[in-house]
Amino acid sequence: MNGLTHKLSHIFEHGDHAHIHVKEKPFSNPYFVGVGLGLVLLAAFVIMGRGLGASGALSTTVAVSVNKIAPEHAAKNSFYTEYLGDENSNPFKDWLVFQIIGVLFGGFISGILSHRVKKGIEKGPRISTKMRLVYAFIGGGLLGWGAKLARGCMSGQALAGGAVLNLGSWIFMMMVFAGGYAAAYFLRRQWI
Amino acid sequence: MNAPFFKYEYFGTDVSLIIAFVIGIAFGFALERGGFGRATILAAQFYFTNMRVLKVMFTAIVTAMLGLFFLSVIGFLDLSLIYLTPTNVMPNLVGGLVAGVGFVIGGYCPGTSIVAVATGKIDALVYVIGMLFGIFVFGEMFPSIENFFNSTAMGSVTLPQFFNIPYGVVVFLVVVMAIGAFAAAEWGERKMANKSLEKKI
Repeated sequence: MNGLTHKLSHIFEHGDHAHIHVKEKPFSNPYFVGVGLGLVLLAAFVIMGRGLGASGALSTTVAVSVNKIAPEHAAKNSFYTEYLGDENSNPFKDWLVFQIIGVLFGGFISGILSHRVKKGIEKGPRISTKMRLVYAFIGGGLLGWGAKLARGCMSGQALAGGAVLNLGSWIFMMMVFAGGYAAAYFLRRQWI
Repeated sequence: MNAPFFKYEYFGTDVSLIIAFVIGIAFGFALERGGFGRATILAAQFYFTNMRVLKVMFTAIVTAMLGLFFLSVIGFLDLSLIYLTPTNVMPNLVGGLVAGVGFVIGGYCPGTSIVAVATGKIDALVYVIGMLFGIFVFGEMFPSIENFFNSTAMGSVTLPQFFNIPYGVVVFLVVVMAIGAFAAAEWGERKMANKSLEKKI
């Protein structure tokens, strides 16, 4: 009897598990993904004559916001005016803006298909949620700042510029790895 | 037919925006498949426990680079019409260092944070807000650092031009370098896996 209930509860537990916890699929082979990503990048070059990018759309967002709040201030700053374009066109009608909206969709579609869309916070086991979010903000701030100084981020400079063998892009890429590995030791509590 | 299509005006700006959206979808899809929507996986790169970032990135660079090379050799693609970000040595160098440090602190880069937001990561959302703030700070600082931003300018210059080595040779060297990096990455991962196993025992 005891054995039977145990067996039954086991079956139910198992069923419950399968029901509530849809197991996420493992990530694809990195080399396979790399070839896929490379072909997407190649398509961008062949069709458009330009590579991928991610930070440009965010700069447009910042420039438009500053221009909304303080138009005279924005007009005096050539960083902002470059992203605002001339008055006849909407600054959001831009290749990088449409591309990044696509990234949002593409990431979501892939996440749904592989059961990986889940609200949560990514962090190592030794750091509090609050501190993780503080670090996320600081890291994002530094990356935003650095990417603007370097004229692009990992997508525009390292990936796209890397493939066209652009000198500045290779300098940028090497420095990203150098900066990352140099700082990693001091941040190990956050990740491992 | 000649590539890049847009530069030969096979279609207009409005169509290019639709293409941007479609290419973006493929880009985001690939990033998510690779595990790039996870800060823990991206950061693991810097502790040698998971070298996905390096593997995916260099495979992608090599794939696109070889594609561009062969398409230009057969005369299908005019490389001179492809946009090259101008090189400014010091800004590239300092910007890269700051971005690298930001990468480890934040756990994402701009593109991957967008994918992470799409898959529900709250820390990625905070990261994106941080990025907007960082860009705003850069914008506000811009008048005072404009000179530095435009310093050490070399214009549009590629590795083959700079080192005065034939394009095909540089392509070959990058392929060799990538294979070396892959071998080192596989070795490093195995070594770190053994190490964590020893710790458990």
